[in-house]
Amino acid sequence: MKIGLFIPCYVDQLYPHVAKATLTLLQQLNLDVDYPLAQTCCGQPMGNTGCSDDVKPVAEHFIKTFKPYDYIVCPSGSCTSMVRNHYKDVASHCEGYDHVSTRTMELCEFLVDVIQIKEINASLPYRVGLHQSCHGLRELRLAKSSERMDAPFSKVTQLLAMVKGIELVELDRKDECCGFGGTFAIAEEAISCQMGKDRIADHLQAGAQIMTGIDMSCLMHLNGLITRNGDPLRVVHIAEILAGTIK
Amino acid sequence: MTQMHTHHPKKAAAFVSDQARTTWHNKALWFVRQKRDKAAASLPEWEQLRDTAAQIKAHSLSNLDEYLEEFERNAQAKGITIHWAATGDEHNQIVYDILKTHQVREVVKSKSMLTEECHLNPFLEKRGITVIDTDLGERIVQLRNEPPSHIVLPAIHVKKEEIGELFHEHMGTKKGASDPKYLTESARLDLRKKFLDAEAGITGVNFAVAETGSVVVCTNEGNADLGTVLPPIHIACMGLEKIIPKQENLGVFLRLLARSATGQPITTYSSHFNGPQKGSEMHVVIVDNGRSELLSRKKFWRSLSCIRCGACMNTCPIYRRSGGHSYGYVIPGPIGSVLAPNKDLAAHKSLPFASTLCGSCTDVCPVKIDLHHQLLAWREEVVKAGKLNPGKRLAMKLTSWVLQSPQRYKLAGKCARLAMKLPRVFLYNPLNIWGRQRDLPPAPPESFQEWYTKNRDKNS
Ligand code: SF4
Repeated sequence: MKIGLFIPCYVDQLYPHVAKATLTLLQQLNLDVDYPLAQTCCGQPMGNTGCSDDVKPVAEHFIKTFKPYDYIVCPSGSCTSMVRNHYKDVASHCEGYDHVSTRTMELCEFLVDVIQIKEINASLPYRVGLHQSCHGLRELRLAKSSERMDAPFSKVTQLLAMVKGIELVELDRKDECCGFGGTFAIAEEAISCQMGKDRIADHLQAGAQIMTGIDMSCLMHLNGLITRNGDPLRVVHIAEILAGTIK
Repeated sequence: MTQMHTHHPKKAAAFVSDQARTTWHNKALWFVRQKRDKAAASLPEWEQLRDTAAQIKAHSLSNLDEYLEEFERNAQAKGITIHWAATGDEHNQIVYDILKTHQVREVVKSKSMLTEECHLNPFLEKRGITVIDTDLGERIVQLRNEPPSHIVLPAIHVKKEEIGELFHEHMGTKKGASDPKYLTESARLDLRKKFLDAEAGITGVNFAVAETGSVVVCTNEGNADLGTVLPPIHIACMGLEKIIPKQENLGVFLRLLARSATGQPITTYSSHFNGPQKGSEMHVVIVDNGRSELLSRKKFWRSLSCIRCGACMNTCPIYRRSGGHSYGYVIPGPIGSVLAPNKDLAAHKSLPFASTLCGSCTDVCPVKIDLHHQLLAWREEVVKAGKLNPGKRLAMKLTSWVLQSPQRYKLAGKCARLAMKLPRVFLYNPLNIWGRQRDLPPAPPESFQEWYTKNRDKNS
């Protein structure tokens, strides 16, 4: 099984340590991972702005780059959802579209659904709050959202529970949006920041020492507010926890 | 009470700048959402009910012409007069003509978003007819001379102290009173007089049953009943999407509606109107006003399934923090942002962007409208119509150009990281909207790609 590692552009540029943690984690599992150097971005910034014409060439490039791999694994729910759910409108004509759009997986769902991982060799003796990123939650269905009334499950929590010493805190609003929303963070700056502050307050009241999540974009927004306000909360990507690259 | 076309971010920023009000507004609506969760969880078949409701609506909308005609036939057989209105103005004119024929000067009205949409009140008032809104929340916003800010809780943005002031001014309640019980009781007494004086009653319609020709109106205050039983004329106004095929379908919708709206198992009054009372008249005005155009839009027709429960507003993290008036359309929140562009894309172009696309609305919606996908689809329409801000449009074109080539991407990334290393005073300049309240992450010395290229051999 050959895995193509898909690192979202902003993770590549701003959070290389998260990309390294993802690579480390997959290698720890003895998987054959390759990072194709031609990759750029999934096209989400244009897609979410409604500029589907501008997504098209980027999506075509993505499919061409990743079609040789059995699975494409990505440490972001949002970018994964872009490929899986939104390429159909712009790139379904491409050779390899079916393969790439069905085989692109978010890191946690790949570990749970494909690898069916049973144990994780990492420990983190802290109280941790999980921020549920919306696209992972409601587009990829990594967990049951609080609005739905079917049987509860959570692939992400399932993984975190395998980490030794970790204590997951109970949030008051367990899956409210953080307010990032891509260009929303700029276009609706006031509401975006208010939403972020409310999420942070929820993690603090729940006694979290660390906040984690599957999407660095939400975490970048939240961490930006945390740093500015000096809140006592450390922000880490879930790959860092699972790979044991943070202590 | 005309609708203002508005730029959502500006109004939203103004709303959120009053922190105390925002917190309270957010909490009040979240409380309703939690009540909804509890009520929904009490039914093991909740998701199945949603599926069924969505299917019934899809079926009804796909066969709308037949069901409307069936409804008309059956309603006429019951002695109900049916009117058809292509536009809001036509609707207003029809209502006015009925009232004029009977020389009506005072009319009571229970809650109806349709009459808000058509601006019926100002139309009638200009022609000398007094309209009294009898739903408590509607009455409050009517006295404040503003539109409702929520479709189920029209005055949710108003504090009880403000209501005390308002009632003191208009009804002579005690100065400084803010006890909800006292204020409600006072409004009740005041409204009672209006009910007795009214010469006609106007209601909305929640469901119109094709098979029986009857209409169903749901309220919690019983005001629709009082307003139709006392006066000799009842005019029910409905959008043409309110049709459901069969009486038995009501079992699905009534269970979903109240639970989704307020967390109640059923609305206090679900009144079935089966024709005029002896010596009275009953009219039903069926309104299009842009609905058939919406029905013809492949990506958006399903928004006509909406049963106006308001759950998407209560759950929307943006609505809760920006208030209904920030949307500048008769229906606010996610469903309003989907419906408004159908009416006037240019005027409402900021609404599809007033969302993080978190999808909570879609999951809460009892008739499973894919609200956040429709918001995204409307963004595409905004772009196609050339109405995206030119700066943004150019930025997207440029981004796309950069991202089509690994070399350009690498270079752009490097430049961006370099720029982020500027001293704080330059970096956090007024143009840096991100940085107003948020820090940027520290720029790392090298990208992952650069690191990987150097260390590839060790990595493979
Ligand atoms: S769109 Fe759905 S959730 Fe929103 S008001 Fe209509 S029925 Fe209710």
